[in-house]
Amino acid sequence: MSNQFIFSLISGIFIGGVAGYLGSLMLSKRMALVGDALGHVALPGMGLALLFGLDVSFGAFLFLLLGIFLIWLFEIKTSLPMEALVGIVFVASLAIGFLIVPEPELLEALLGDISKVSFEMAIASIIFSLLIFLVINRIYPKMILASVSEDLAKSEGIKIKKENFIYLLSIAAMVALGVKIVGSLLVGALVIIPAATARNLSKNLKEYYLGSVVLGILSCLFGSLLFKLTGLPAGPLIILTSTFFFLISLILKR
Amino acid sequence: MGKGIVLKVENLNVELGGERILENLSFEVKEGEVLTILGPNGAGKTVLLKTLLGLLPYKGKIEWTPPTHHPEKIKIGYVPQRLPFIKDIPMSVGEFFKLKEASEKETKEIFNSIGLKDYNPPTTSSHSSLRSERAPDILEKKIGNLSSGQFQRILVGWALIGNPQVLLFDEPTTGIDIGGQESIYELLEKLRKEKSLTILLVTHDLSIVYKLATNCLCLNKKMLCYSIPKELTSERLSELYGGKIKFYQHSHE
Repeated sequence: MSNQFIFSLISGIFIGGVAGYLGSLMLSKRMALVGDALGHVALPGMGLALLFGLDVSFGAFLFLLLGIFLIWLFEIKTSLPMEALVGIVFVASLAIGFLIVPEPELLEALLGDISKVSFEMAIASIIFSLLIFLVINRIYPKMILASVSEDLAKSEGIKIKKENFIYLLSIAAMVALGVKIVGSLLVGALVIIPAATARNLSKNLKEYYLGSVVLGILSCLFGSLLFKLTGLPAGPLIILTSTFFFLISLILKR
Repeated sequence: MGKGIVLKVENLNVELGGERILENLSFEVKEGEVLTILGPNGAGKTVLLKTLLGLLPYKGKIEWTPPTHHPEKIKIGYVPQRLPFIKDIPMSVGEFFKLKEASEKETKEIFNSIGLKDYNPPTTSSHSSLRSERAPDILEKKIGNLSSGQFQRILVGWALIGNPQVLLFDEPTTGIDIGGQESIYELLEKLRKEKSLTILLVTHDLSIVYKLATNCLCLNKKMLCYSIPKELTSERLSELYGGKIKFYQHSHE
């Protein structure tokens, strides 16, 4: 096994684990498709980063911040549901992405490429994954209560707006990391499928989030190994591994 | 014993999305009282509770004063009308209590006072040899698998975490059978006595008003009446609900 592949594997394990963890919260908050939408918002940033030889996650994160800011701004200006606004920003980003990303880089941005992960990138992935994990861990119980009932959470003195803001930033950071592994098209699946599988299998919260983390890690691990064996693109293999676990969970569902 | 005023509302007005929901409401609630809030659908009952909790913007005055036996800051427990999403999240009863940082000791005490003991009663068999197969601890049960009566009690219990002096209840018996309703109200009455709670209760159920309430507030955007339950006549009720409503005061033997 080459050093490079080990860097890819380690990045994948950390990013997959934290994606699963965050996904369990997003599924509880009925935001299963937000990861998908934001993955597309990241596309122009990834394209620019590839053009200028920067890290794709960095470019993605800048565009995600911009996208979230626009959604927030639109929400103040209209009473349209958040979903519609996210939809508008996401297709606009996609269109811009297709225009500015040159064709050879486009496929890489859409599907990800783990074969370029360097030592420094792996270290950065580990640090950022752990940071996101700590932040989510801190807001987790509050967000769960808010997803049960915002009124109940507010009556407990939880500052919903502030917590939501931290939560959205975590999602943006997570998506920025995830696009590196599975690309902008599939990052939503990286976040949501492990959580959906864990929900089928768990009877309490602890099993649910631990299960999501473990399934996220296993999907990235086995998906990357399959990539090594077959030479097919890693992103789709990771997501298909994840989907395979989901199908098994349907049989074992409790 | 002189009873202090716990809640004082003066000229309360609430507007949501340009529509006026509550108009010039003024009333007081004394320590240990049970105030029922009656009114048709859309009368603003839930809005009133939420406003009292500080969840909605309002004009006018809402003044909470801690009761004399609890000199510290006022604590309010809230039982919302519905929690449609809670069953989407795999969560055990114990985990739900931990969201509010309830200690194990407190959780145990609350479970005793809401009438859900730590363990489910042994079901069919009374043979002690089979008892070793313990029924699952209620704290480990998944919230989604509770009966609606149990769930309601859990919500009441949850509102009691942190020892509130006031409880706000929004239609506590929606979706519960009659037997379950009776026991919820018995529970409220018991808690009121045990913990000298002040209770504000939104309901459609007039029998509760007669049984439990010390005062009732009839609401249809404006306050139509504020009285003791005995003075709640059918004329007043038909004015409130618009239509002919008869309610006979009667006792079950």
